[in-house]
Amino acid sequence: MKIPLSWLKEFVVIPSKFSNADIANAFIKVGFEVEDIQEQGKDLTGPIKVGKVVSIEELTEHKKPIRYVGLDLAEGKTRFVICGARNFKVNDLVVVALPGAVLPGNFAIAARETYGKISNGMICSAKELGISDDSAGIVVLPAGKIGTDATALLEVNDVIFDIAVNPDRGYAMSVRGLARELAGSLKLKFIDPATLIKSKKYDSIKSTKAVGVKIEDKNGADSIYIRTLDNVNVKQATPIWMQRRIEKCGMRSISLAVDITNYVMLELGQPLHAFDADVLHGGLKVASVGKFQKITTLDKVERKLSGEELLICDDSGPQALAGTMGGFNSEVTSATKKIAIEAAHFYPNRVAKNSRLHGLSSEASRRIERGTDPALTGIASARAAQLLEDLAGAKFIGTTTAGAVIKNKVLKVSVAKIAELIGFTYSSKQIKDSLLAVGCKVIGTGANLSITVPSWRPDLNTTADIAEEIARLNDYSLIPSTLPVGKSGAKLNQLQQRKRTVAQMLASQGLTEVINYPFTNQEMVDLLGFTGDRAKSFKIANPMSEEFPLLRTHLIPGLLTALQRNLARGAKNIAIFEIGSVFRNTASQTKGISPELTKKPGAKVIEQIYAAVPKQMLFVGGVLTGESIKSGWQGKGLNFTWQDAVAKAIEIVELSGNTYEIIGAELAPWHPGRCAELKVGGKAVAHAGELHPRVCAALNLPERTCVFAVILSELPFVKHNHQPKIWNFPAVVQDVALVVDEKISASSVEKALVEGAGDLLESIELFDRYDQIGGGKISLAFTLTFRSPDQTLTAEQVAKFRDSAIVAASKQCGAQLR
Amino acid sequence: MALSADQIKSDQDIAISAISTASSLEDLKQLKIEHIGDKSPLSKANQLLGSLDASERAEFGKLIGAARAMVNQAFAVKTSELESLRDQQVLQTERVDVTLPTKRTLTGGLHPLTLLTNEICDLFLGLGYQVAEGPELESEWLNFDALNIPQDHPARTMQDTFFIEPLDAKLVLRTHTSPVQIRTMLNEKPPIYVICPGKVYRADELDATHTPVFHQVEGLVIDEGITMADLKGTLDHFAKSIFGADVKTRLRPSYFPFTEPSAEVDFYFNGRWIEWGGCGMVNEKVLIACGIDPKKYSGFAFGMGLERTLMVKYGITDMHDIVEGDIRFSQSFGLGKQ
Repeated sequence: MKIPLSWLKEFVVIPSKFSNADIANAFIKVGFEVEDIQEQGKDLTGPIKVGKVVSIEELTEHKKPIRYVGLDLAEGKTRFVICGARNFKVNDLVVVALPGAVLPGNFAIAARETYGKISNGMICSAKELGISDDSAGIVVLPAGKIGTDATALLEVNDVIFDIAVNPDRGYAMSVRGLARELAGSLKLKFIDPATLIKSKKYDSIKSTKAVGVKIEDKNGADSIYIRTLDNVNVKQATPIWMQRRIEKCGMRSISLAVDITNYVMLELGQPLHAFDADVLHGGLKVASVGKFQKITTLDKVERKLSGEELLICDDSGPQALAGTMGGFNSEVTSATKKIAIEAAHFYPNRVAKNSRLHGLSSEASRRIERGTDPALTGIASARAAQLLEDLAGAKFIGTTTAGAVIKNKVLKVSVAKIAELIGFTYSSKQIKDSLLAVGCKVIGTGANLSITVPSWRPDLNTTADIAEEIARLNDYSLIPSTLPVGKSGAKLNQLQQRKRTVAQMLASQGLTEVINYPFTNQEMVDLLGFTGDRAKSFKIANPMSEEFPLLRTHLIPGLLTALQRNLARGAKNIAIFEIGSVFRNTASQTKGISPELTKKPGAKVIEQIYAAVPKQMLFVGGVLTGESIKSGWQGKGLNFTWQDAVAKAIEIVELSGNTYEIIGAELAPWHPGRCAELKVGGKAVAHAGELHPRVCAALNLPERTCVFAVILSELPFVKHNHQPKIWNFPAVVQDVALVVDEKISASSVEKALVEGAGDLLESIELFDRYDQIGGGKISLAFTLTFRSPDQTLTAEQVAKFRDSAIVAASKQCGAQLR
Repeated sequence: MALSADQIKSDQDIAISAISTASSLEDLKQLKIEHIGDKSPLSKANQLLGSLDASERAEFGKLIGAARAMVNQAFAVKTSELESLRDQQVLQTERVDVTLPTKRTLTGGLHPLTLLTNEICDLFLGLGYQVAEGPELESEWLNFDALNIPQDHPARTMQDTFFIEPLDAKLVLRTHTSPVQIRTMLNEKPPIYVICPGKVYRADELDATHTPVFHQVEGLVIDEGITMADLKGTLDHFAKSIFGADVKTRLRPSYFPFTEPSAEVDFYFNGRWIEWGGCGMVNEKVLIACGIDPKKYSGFAFGMGLERTLMVKYGITDMHDIVEGDIRFSQSFGLGKQ
C-alpha cells in the first residue's frame, strides 16, 4: 500500500536524523518491501498561491475554447492568466503558479504573451503540481485563504512509500499497522491511533431509529457494528487534508461520506461500508445467499449469485457482497440523509470467495482476505461516526451490534525452542522488546513465556510464528551462518545419470540442446498424424493463448518449431535435441482428492493421490537437417540421412546397456518406408528415420529432415557386467555373402546368422550391401569373427560354425550363399 | 701377397675416411662395395688368413677383425646420418598447411539451464543431498494443499496457475517444485537432504524477464536440530559457489504458507542487491501433514528460479534467448566451463 510519511509521523515520532532511505530500509528489515519512494513536491518551487476567480472572459476565436481569467491573489489588483480548462467558475478557489515558479518536469512559469493576451501565471491541475495523475481539469479548492501558499494547503511536500504487504499481514494495510512496524524497526515510540478513539460514548446510545443488525450466517462473521447517523450533509466537500491523504494512499476522493469510510480504513485497516439507511427495509444481516439470485453492485453490474457468497441483506434482499462491494440500491447518493455505517469482522475465506467468484478485488476485500483486527469493528465505526459528526454535521442516532469480539489468544512459548529454531539465543530483553513492539503482552522472564497475542495478529499461533517476530524485529542479519551436511553416498539415481550422459553424448557429437515450451495444439497433432496414445492430450483450462491449449504428447512438435525458427534465422545445418517429459491422457480420469492437513494421510489415500497423477514419460528427441559433414575446401560434405537418426537412437539405447531388436516400422510422422523401431524386451522404446515428406512440405522444412525419439524412462536399467571376458587366442575371420529377397531386413539376416554361428562368434558386421542383382534380390555380405577362450580355432572348426550360420539364415530368411 | 699391419691400418683409414665423407646414400652404397664388400682390401686380407701359419693367423685375424669392425661402425653411423637426412628432405616435401579448417562436423552444446542444473546438483551432491524429481503435471493437493496453501489463497487463482481439464480431476501444471518436497517427505523418513530441480509453470506472459514455463531448484533439509542458521549457511555456500567467493547474501523477512519463519534471500552482486528466492523453516503444519514429528525434527526449504540465476550469472538480459531454442545460444555455452 502507498503511505505518506506525514501520516506515519502522526503516530511515530521520527527524529530528523532518519533519511527517507533509512525509513525504507527500516521497513525492508522487518519484512516490508518498499517498491517505490516518491518525494512529492521535491521538484516544485513557488510562488504557488491560492487565488479566487473574479472574472472569466471566453476567447472563442481559437481552435479550442480558451479562458482569460481574472484572479484575486490579495495583491491589490487583479492578475490575469490564460487557462484552457473549463471546470471552474467565478468565485472558485484555484491554485495559481506565479511567474518564477517551477513545476515538476522543470516547467518554469513566466509572464508571456499567448492567445493575444498577457498571461501572468498559470492555474494548475493536480498533475501539473505532481500530486496525482489527474489532468482532467484544474484543482478547485473547497476552502483556502486567498494569496496564501497553496502547496502548504495541499500538503504537497511529502514522501510516499509504496509498500508491498505480505498476505499474512492484513493489519499492515493501514497507517496504524505500518506505523507500528516502523516504530518497532527503528525502536521508536508508537502511538496506537485506535487508542485515541472514544467509541464508548457511541456504544451506549441505543435507538429504535437505528438500523438493526444480526449475524444469520454464523460462518460469515463473528462481530458487526452498525452506527446510524441522520442529517448527514453529504454535499459538504471533503476537507483538503482528508482528500489529500486519501489521494496519497493511491485512492480517489469521491464524496464526503465515502471518503470518511475510506479514510478510516486507511488509518486503522478496518473496511467500512456506508448504506443509505432510508432505502433499507428492516435491519441488516450477515447472511448466506438463500433464495436470492442476483445483486447489482456499486459498479452498476448485475451479478448472478452462485450460492456460495456471503451477503449483507435487508428484508428486501442483498445490499452488499460482504466485505467486497456494496449494492447499488443502498449506495449513498447526493440525496442521502440517513446513513448506516457497517464495520464487521468477516471471515477471510468467505470474502476471498466473494472476491474470487466475481473477479472483484477491492480495497476492502484485499484487507479482509489477509485478516483484519476483530477488535476494530466498534472502534473504526465510532471513528467514522465521529468524522461524520465533525465534518458532515451528522446527528448520531444509535448503535446496534451482533456477535462478540473474540478474546485474545495466549500462547505458551519455550525460549529454548526459539533458539533451537533460529540457531541464535536472543537475550530476554531482545525477546521482550520485539514482542512488545508488535503488540504482544509478555508474562514471564524465564524459560517459558506466556504471550498474549494482539487481536490484529491472527497469524500468530505457534512457537515458529513468535520466533519469526523476534527474529525479524531483531534483524535477520543477527542469525549466524552454519553449514549442515547430509548423508554420505549421495549420488544421482539411474535415470538422472542416464539423462546427463545422453545429453553429454549428443552435445559432444555436435547436437545442440534446446528447451521448448511443452505446449501444442490439435492442428499440430493432426498434421503430424499422431494417433492412439500419442493423440491423447491434456487440455489446459486457461492456456496462455488459444493457439497452444494442449500439453505435448511428444517432443517432435516443439523440436520442429525450434527447427523452423533456426531455419528462419538463417541456419542451414541444424542438429538439435531436447530431453523432456510428455503428457498422454491415457488413463481414465479420477476425481482429485484433498485430505485434511491435520495428520499424514493414510497409505491408501497417498496411493490414490499418486495414482491420480498421470504417468509422464521422459523422452529424448532430436531433429537433423542439412550437412552432418560440412562441404568445404576438402570437397563435398555429407547430408544428414535417415541413417544418422537411426544411429543416434541406437547409440542412446546402447548407452543404456540394453540389447535391442530393430525393425522397420510405419509410424507417423515418419516416412512410412524410412522409420526404424527399436525394441527392448519386446517393447518399442525408440523410433528414428526420415520425417514424412508431407510433414516437411507442410511445415516448410528441408526435404529429408530426420528425426529420432527415445523413451529414456522406458529403457530398463541394466546391471552392467564390469568384468568382460577378454580372450587372447587368435580370432578367425570368415566372410559370408548371402542373397535374400529385398524385403528381408538386414537385421533379421544378422539375427539368424548370430543364432546359427554358435557361442564362439565374437562379432558380426555387415560390410556390403548390393542391390543390383535383379529379380527382387539383394546381396548382404557379413564378416563373422570367431574366437575361443581356450584354443586356437582350426579352419575346420570355423567352417562348421560358418555353415551352421548359413543354414540358420537360409531357414529363417530364405538366404542363399552367393 | 703378404699381410702387413701397416697395410691393414692404411686400408682401414682409407675406408673410414671415404665413408665419412660420403654425401649420399648412393655414394655410400658404392663405398660399401669398395670398402666392405668381398672385393674390398680388408675382405681380401681376411681371405688370406687361411694361408698363414697358426700364430700369424691369430695375430692378423685380430687386426683385420678390429679394422673391419671399425669400418662397419663408421658405415652404420654414416648410413643412419644420411637416412635421417633423406627422411627429413622427403617429409619436408609432404608439408601441409595445418591451419586450414579441419573440423567438418557440427558444433554441439548443452542448454545453459542444463549446465546450471548440473552444477547445482553436483554442488549439493557434494553436501550429501540426493537429487529428487517429480511430475510436472501434478495433483492440486500436492502442489497447494499439502503446502498449507488453502483453497482460497491468491496463489491458487486462475491468473497464476495453469489448470487442466476437467477441473474436478484437480490437476495443475506445478507452480513450483515444492510438490517434490512433499512427495519426498511422504515417502521417506528423516534425515532428508534433497535438492529438487525442475520445470515449473506460471501464467505469466513471455517478456524480457518473465516466461510461463521456467525452471526452479528447491532444497529441503529435515533433520534433528536444523536451524535457520543452517539455512543461512547453506544459502551462503550456494551463492558463493555459483556467483563467486566474495558474494554476500542477506535474508529479509517474508511470507510463504509452507515456511515459518520465512525469508527472501538476496545476494549482492556487481554492486547491487538482487532478489534470488524464497526460503524459511518448514511450517510444522506441513511436517505434520507429511507424518514428520515436529517435536523431533525441524527443517528448512529454499527455492529459486534458474532462469534468473542464469541471467545474473552470465549477464543475459533477454529471457527470449533462453526459451527460443536458437542454436547459437546453447552453442555459445558448449559443454560447460572446464
